[in-house]
Amino acid sequence: MATHVLSDTAVLTGRTLRHVTRSLDTIITTAITPIAMMLMFVYVFGGAVDTGPVPYVNYMLPGILLITIASGIAYTAMRLMTDMQGGIFERFQSMPIARSSVLWAHVLTSVAANVISLVLVVGVAFLIGFRPDAGVTGWLGAAGLLVLFTLALTWIAVIPGLTAKTVDGASAFSYPLIFLPVISSAFVPTATMPGPVRAFAENQPVTSVIDTLRNLLTGQPAGPGLWTALAWCAGILAVAYVLATVVYRRKVA
Amino acid sequence: MSNPPTPTAIHVRGLEKSFKELHVLRGVDLEVARGSIFALLGSNGAGKTTLVRILSTLLKADAGTAKVNGFDVAAQAAGVRGSISLTGQFAAVDGILSGRENLVLVARLWHLKNPGAVADDLLRRFSLTEAASRRAATYSGGMRRRLDIAMSLVADPPVVFLDEPTAGLDPQARIEVWQAVRTLAQGGTTVLLTTQYLEEAEQLADRIAILHQGRVIVDGTLEELRRLLPPAKVEYVEKQPSLEDVFLAVVGN
Ligand SMILES: Nc1ncnc2c1ncn2[C@@H]1O[C@H](COP(=O)(O)OP(=O)(O)OP(=O)(O)O)[C@@H](O)[C@H]1O
Ligand SMILES: [Mg+2]
Repeated sequence: MATHVLSDTAVLTGRTLRHVTRSLDTIITTAITPIAMMLMFVYVFGGAVDTGPVPYVNYMLPGILLITIASGIAYTAMRLMTDMQGGIFERFQSMPIARSSVLWAHVLTSVAANVISLVLVVGVAFLIGFRPDAGVTGWLGAAGLLVLFTLALTWIAVIPGLTAKTVDGASAFSYPLIFLPVISSAFVPTATMPGPVRAFAENQPVTSVIDTLRNLLTGQPAGPGLWTALAWCAGILAVAYVLATVVYRRKVA
Repeated sequence: MSNPPTPTAIHVRGLEKSFKELHVLRGVDLEVARGSIFALLGSNGAGKTTLVRILSTLLKADAGTAKVNGFDVAAQAAGVRGSISLTGQFAAVDGILSGRENLVLVARLWHLKNPGAVADDLLRRFSLTEAASRRAATYSGGMRRRLDIAMSLVADPPVVFLDEPTAGLDPQARIEVWQAVRTLAQGGTTVLLTTQYLEEAEQLADRIAILHQGRVIVDGTLEELRRLLPPAKVEYVEKQPSLEDVFLAVVGN
């Protein structure tokens, strides 16, 4: 049975990917809010923020990308919840397939759906003047960090996806995650913030991720924040994965 | 999965299950011979679905033992899952996929050689060819139920559980399902079905059991069950008591 884990996961991922491609509106919805925020920040607030020689759109894109991921994983939780409530989940559980395949299919689909949304958002950023100086390694590094962040947030999303009873319950957890980048270095330099807010902004996980992404996309060395960012992502991923697995084991008896 | 040479396909001893204070199963004993059709009757809430869920490894019993195809449901769950297919009480189809895609999905998860051909054959047998490419969410209740049963017959495992398979089906569809069940049994498959339609049990079952207040209170062939009641006397033509008469008498109504 163990030999089939990969092929079973692939088959089940194909299924959930179809769910995504057959409701493309979820991807559009995921991308549209960050795009609207980006336009608003660039054209309304951008002029008032001093980001030095860096064009504002270059400065704030990393924050917008993290907001995209945070809203995208709400759909991950919703898709999982719908599966749990419908009988199809029990059918899978009664079949000789690796039980972890069912969860991994949702996780991989979440990453794929978020990548599509991220590409959309970056495309719009290009249209309004985003001009990164990153080379291939910079882009690869940024992409890798974004995927790692998506994985970490996806495993958080799995928990409400497994436990929520309603669609609202399954998606509510993502609201604080969507706002986390606002209280960070994402849109304005932290130096302008009052003491306690600044302390929070400079030490919360999102800031190190954003600073690293910004460095990578502007063709600079990743900087010392890279290790902090990786540690945060890996730590969140590990804790969320363990919790999700415990909840899943309970659910499937 | 090789079949261990046991004479009985399903063997249940002293099975108990409670949900908090509610003692649903209080020592169920059951024996189902290979290749036979076994009907489990019981009022709403008697515990039929609970028993089927335990036998198909979706739920753990509190006490007692259950073996399916020679595998212990608690200790050898993977072996059980490779030996059974389950049609739960509520349709377990993927509404976003088409009927054909649902069948192909299950065939892939069973690692069958030719998933498409298997799917087309089942679509034909269950009169779903016309609707094959439509999303299952657009199916009528009866069509969904037929697809659900077809999905359970994809793999041809030695033991099949059908929890109220014909609830909500029109007479024609019901006869199609009965025909499919008979064909299964002729091919050596063991079928355990639960039903509210006593006529269904009379038509199909080799043996019938009645689950009441947490125990199997009657277990036998239709003839044996009929002998529990004296034939009605003063009629011009002697009338056999129907299974319904037996049922109502033994559950004390
Ligand atoms: N997960 C659960 N948690 C709490 N109670 C449950 C649970 N599952 C079943 N029950 C209770 O156990 C009892 C038996 O339920 P079950 O579904 O097995 O009955 P059934 O014989 O299949 O009934 P029906 O003919 O209506 O389908 C019911 O009182 C039900 O409310
Ligand atoms: Mg039931």
